[in-house]
Amino acid sequence: MHRSFTFLTWAAVLCTAALLALGLVLPKWLLFMCTMAFANGLVSLGIVLLMRGGVVAFGQGLMSAIGGYTAALLFQKMGITDAIVLTLIGGFTAAALTAPFAPLLSRYRGIFFSMLTLALSMVGYGILVKTERLGGSDGFNLGRVSVLGQALSDDWVGYVLYAVAVCFACLMSYLSRIYFDSTRGLITQAIRENELRVEYLGGSVRHTMALNFVLAAFMGGCGGALAVMALGHIDPNFSYWTTSGEFVFVAILAGTQSVIAIMLSSVILEAVRSFSSAYFPNTWQLALGLFLMFVIRFLPLGLGSLWSPKAHKEQA
Amino acid sequence: MGLAVTILIDGLTYASWLFIVALGLTLVFGVLKILNIAHGSFYALGAYAAATFVGWVATMKWAPGWSLVAMLLAAIAIAVLIAPLTERGLLRFFYGHDEVLLVLVTYALFLCMEDITKLIWGANPYYVSEPYSLFGNVEIGNQIYVGYDFLLVVLAVVVGLAVWWALNRTRQGKIVTAVIHSPEIASSMGIQVSKVYMHAFGVGVFLAALGGAFTAPMISVQPGVSVGVIILSFAVVIIGGLGSIEGAAIGALIVGLARAFAVHVAPVAELFSIYVVMALVLMVRPEGLFQRIQARKI
Repeated sequence: MHRSFTFLTWAAVLCTAALLALGLVLPKWLLFMCTMAFANGLVSLGIVLLMRGGVVAFGQGLMSAIGGYTAALLFQKMGITDAIVLTLIGGFTAAALTAPFAPLLSRYRGIFFSMLTLALSMVGYGILVKTERLGGSDGFNLGRVSVLGQALSDDWVGYVLYAVAVCFACLMSYLSRIYFDSTRGLITQAIRENELRVEYLGGSVRHTMALNFVLAAFMGGCGGALAVMALGHIDPNFSYWTTSGEFVFVAILAGTQSVIAIMLSSVILEAVRSFSSAYFPNTWQLALGLFLMFVIRFLPLGLGSLWSPKAHKEQA
Repeated sequence: MGLAVTILIDGLTYASWLFIVALGLTLVFGVLKILNIAHGSFYALGAYAAATFVGWVATMKWAPGWSLVAMLLAAIAIAVLIAPLTERGLLRFFYGHDEVLLVLVTYALFLCMEDITKLIWGANPYYVSEPYSLFGNVEIGNQIYVGYDFLLVVLAVVVGLAVWWALNRTRQGKIVTAVIHSPEIASSMGIQVSKVYMHAFGVGVFLAALGGAFTAPMISVQPGVSVGVIILSFAVVIIGGLGSIEGAAIGALIVGLARAFAVHVAPVAELFSIYVVMALVLMVRPEGLFQRIQARKI
């Protein structure tokens, strides 16, 4: 392992505590924005996991939609209201539903992987739009969730959902960092450089890529479930390609070096989107596009490259 | 039998405009190695410009036939104005980067163009009905089809043959082929690669705008038209194989027929039939129908 396990654990605990404390002083609108940012950041974390192996999933919106619909349906039909349980089940369902496709997708590289994932997500979008029992194109609402058996009051619901999102985001980032630095994580990076050499050295490229895909689906499902609980609504647009594009946007903005950069990038995207749509309602996409171009032009390895020594070496 | 003919004609019509747009996309990818998401925006610009130009023709009370010339001029105007600005002003700074990063650059451009289009033409829809009635109706079997739809089929064949001829039978085409195979060697032989890039991109933009201009009479030109078109074009070039003209033609036919089949036989599958076909083709041929399998490098 590249980093000390103790250091990482303390960093994750302190980061979680600091974010939870910060949430107590944030205004409600900012709490909601950060909750959405952390939820979406989880989906992008999955994309970064795949990017470290040299492939970019343009259909990760489908994983988010699976997690979201699972959470919303369990809430509506089965009366499960606990946010933590719904998030976990959302993640596991996304992983379970995508697992059969993982061996197939592990054969693909480059733009063909991106396009196949995009095609699958658009098939999912089409099915969701046409399924009236799931609300069709309008989707459906879900009510207020609970946490650990406690009902949430109006004053605390925003903060508690924020806290759940922070805990999941920090825990997943922590586990991802451990995975990135593990043997399989390093094999993933080697696959990006030259997968044939990995095979000659005895590593299983397809097994690693398939596992990464399932892990990314789990994170996407958790992110989708959290986003749905914060929004109180689910619709097929979760699976539309432009939504997946935003998740990829965050992953590119963050780069593949730092897990903190992913959550930071997600917060930045939400902030740019919120402020642009508030102050430039007719040109917020223009502002977002210019911002993305600026980042790609001047930080092609992402925000994480600003403080990651590995990225500096790569750039050199 | 009647249903089969209807599916065939609907599929052919749909495939024809889609082929024109996808041809531009595959040409740009073949030469510049960029999978251009903003291609959908150029399609939308072509449609909007055609609406404006045809509106001028109507205002000046010229013969309705001039609206076809106006649509062609609209596509040329978009290519002349937008292509050099985009290629020289933006894309050239990103050549050599990872192909996914380039996709993201064009995604950023796509986002910008969405708002720029709205700022210029507003959010209200435009209708370009004049050219649609120029060719009357055609009766085949018991069904009546709009004559304009067949014009699109003819246009697609002409455009496809023209691009094939230009690439395979002219000196300029051979230069483009040389750049596709190796920009470095082409450059060392005295070819101005940057010029080839700009011209190829210009032709790509023209084809997108041409597709937009000639479909404008069939649709309501409004914000959001670019979103659906770009994904359909991606499906076409991925099915056919990136960078292949023949692939784009076959891909457009497959997509057009799949959609027409879904519309007439299983309307519930209309929204995703194309993506099912795309996924199935990729599962059987991971790099598209007309793409040569690349040797893996050690």
